Amino acid sequence: MNQMTSPLGKDLVGLERLSGQQIRAILDTAEPFKEISERRIKKVPVLRGKTIVNLFFEASTRTRVSFEFAEKRLSADTVNIAAASSSVSKGETLVDTARNLEAMRIDMVVMRHGSSGAARFLADRIPSNVINAGDGWHEHPTQGLLDMLTIRDHMGRLDGLKVCIVGDIRHSRVARSNIYGLLKMGAEVAVCGPQTLLPQGIGDLGVHVLSRVEDAIQWADVLNVLRLQLERMQAGYVPSLREYNRIWGVSTARLERAPRDLLILHPGPMNRGVEIDSDVADGPHSVILNQVTNGVAVRMAVLYLLAGGQPEKAEAAKQGGEA
Amino acid sequence: MSGKILLRGGRVLDPSQKLDDVRDVYLVDGQVATIGERLTPGDDAHVIDCDRLVVTPGLIDVHVHLREPGEEHKETITTGARAAAAGGFTAVCAMPNTDPPVDDPAAVGFVVSEGRRAGAARVYPVGCISVGRRGERLALIGEMVEAGAVAVTDDGSPVMDSGLMRLALEYSLAFGIPVADHPEDLGLSGRGHMNEGLVSTRLGLPGKPNAAEDTHIMRDLLLAELTGGRIHLQHVSTALGVEMIRQAKARGVRVSAEATPHHLILTDEAVEGYRTEAKMNPPLRSVADVAAVRAGLADGTLDVVATDHAPHHYDEKEAAFTDAPNGVVGLETSLALMLTRLVGEGVIDLPTLVDRMSCQPARVFGLLGGTLAPGGVADVTVFDPEAEWTVDPKAFRSKSRNTPFGGWTVKGQARCTIVGGRVVFER
Repeated sequence: MNQMTSPLGKDLVGLERLSGQQIRAILDTAEPFKEISERRIKKVPVLRGKTIVNLFFEASTRTRVSFEFAEKRLSADTVNIAAASSSVSKGETLVDTARNLEAMRIDMVVMRHGSSGAARFLADRIPSNVINAGDGWHEHPTQGLLDMLTIRDHMGRLDGLKVCIVGDIRHSRVARSNIYGLLKMGAEVAVCGPQTLLPQGIGDLGVHVLSRVEDAIQWADVLNVLRLQLERMQAGYVPSLREYNRIWGVSTARLERAPRDLLILHPGPMNRGVEIDSDVADGPHSVILNQVTNGVAVRMAVLYLLAGGQPEKAEAAKQGGEA
Repeated sequence: MSGKILLRGGRVLDPSQKLDDVRDVYLVDGQVATIGERLTPGDDAHVIDCDRLVVTPGLIDVHVHLREPGEEHKETITTGARAAAAGGFTAVCAMPNTDPPVDDPAAVGFVVSEGRRAGAARVYPVGCISVGRRGERLALIGEMVEAGAVAVTDDGSPVMDSGLMRLALEYSLAFGIPVADHPEDLGLSGRGHMNEGLVSTRLGLPGKPNAAEDTHIMRDLLLAELTGGRIHLQHVSTALGVEMIRQAKARGVRVSAEATPHHLILTDEAVEGYRTEAKMNPPLRSVADVAAVRAGLADGTLDVVATDHAPHHYDEKEAAFTDAPNGVVGLETSLALMLTRLVGEGVIDLPTLVDRMSCQPARVFGLLGGTLAPGGVADVTVFDPEAEWTVDPKAFRSKSRNTPFGGWTVKGQARCTIVGGRVVFER
């Protein structure tokens, strides 16, 4: 099945270089895969005999586990490598890591790395499929895809929707993947946060820039609220978490003044009481746990398509056939 | 040491004498003896046919990193001096950010003696401004000058303490050397890995804004004005930086400045695809900045072309972008790139290029050469302005191959490099 041409190309490094058609194909392919996770026996033989390495140079629970479930439910053989326990901590370079993996004849690598461009670096050097599970501040394409799938599930469409990403845009790979993906799917996108956390030239990507969260709430149909990392406060981007919550936090009081009900997303893990208040996170318009569920389906779809599966055959494949 | 060489029938181009005509150049005992038409050399003279070639005062690069002592896996003084000669340079100024840094007269003496031993391009040491390049107190500037240092700089790092920079400018006045600064406000740029702008935002790479360079250029100009000292601004890459230098020169501030081939040719788009060979400091900037640096070189605001030749081992560049070191090699591509892209595109004419690559570097750093006037040192570059070739990093004399220009087809190539009347390179 590696001989078959994947509709996505060899790798999934980011959404910036995908077409709207390719993104739609992934989202549509994820639909039939959702059902597998609802079965009593959550396993189909789509990737039987495939070897996948989950290579995590940065700590991650949610994304790593989500990928691992997606791989196992498609019957792939998986190995997890965490940087702390690998030869990377002994000074091995990324290029040597890549060569060693290649020498073991693996089929796919799912990699998270702290450096922007690391996924592309690996993809350019090994013939295996590479899936970017987050590289530095650059992209986190499967997160962008699962966010879009979740929005589409609840709003019925992406085209013409107004989505505002709130928080630390500067350091966020989730923000970039969301921006690229949503714009390609016809959504209007805004970013909102303190100017210290908005990167130079962000408006040139085709997004609106809002500095007050009240304005974002007035404008948007959907809010995607990003985690504010504690390190950002230590580095001086914001003076305190308490002040951040007072000025940019998404609270029920603020949402009550919205002209319509807003769908609330958060890529996790949440800092309750900082970027988002608990009653919003747990409230009726929060789809944060749906995102987690959709994450597994989207990752199954990506694995299936990169392995050469065709979108229109996904339904048949999961009934027992291989990709 | 050198005997007699007759350079026969080349286009002799020497801006220091406003000379641009077909002439013979006769070199005797390490000096330029005569320039004339159809000279008759002595029987023992080595005659080099320069028909259709350009003969100029030797090219000088005032900003190179030769990595020795300490990082000999990247370059040595010998390999660097040979790479320089192959690129048509008769002299280079070696930056002191080695390990250990060149911050005392003994280290300066080491560079001088290794440079002599190389027997290729002349190697002039540049000493540190501060002890250990730590930016705390002045290094032994006077003794380093006595030992052969032609300038001081903490290059690689800026002098962040303005008080120390003032002292350096004042103290150096006694020795007639320029104080060279790498202008960068680390508070503004410290976390950056490329130019700050749309490309860095798209790639998710931390950026260095122009303002990081501009604030420091402004500071240095103010301090030069305050002290009457001579400031030399290294690798200027911003439009506003060029403009501030232009205005300072008009006010009579004693300032000189460099432009690098990469900042004259490439923009931050070259980083696309996380290409570490396009990673250097200051970073590649915008189209508008490139245009301003070109205009600055053309009108003399920027006095010299300098490569900032910065060799790195391929293992170090073969890494994720934020893990790779800054710097590109330049000695073996500078002349061809300048001829192809600056002269070829009509930004400057050929005499201006020779001025910026030979006459001005000699003037600014007070070096031998920069002229073919009889009686002067016989440092001469002969190049073929029409030779087309493709940049092949594997063929470099330098130990390192980190260039963004690999695979480029360029026009113009050094044919013969003569230092002190001795042919040190021939192609």
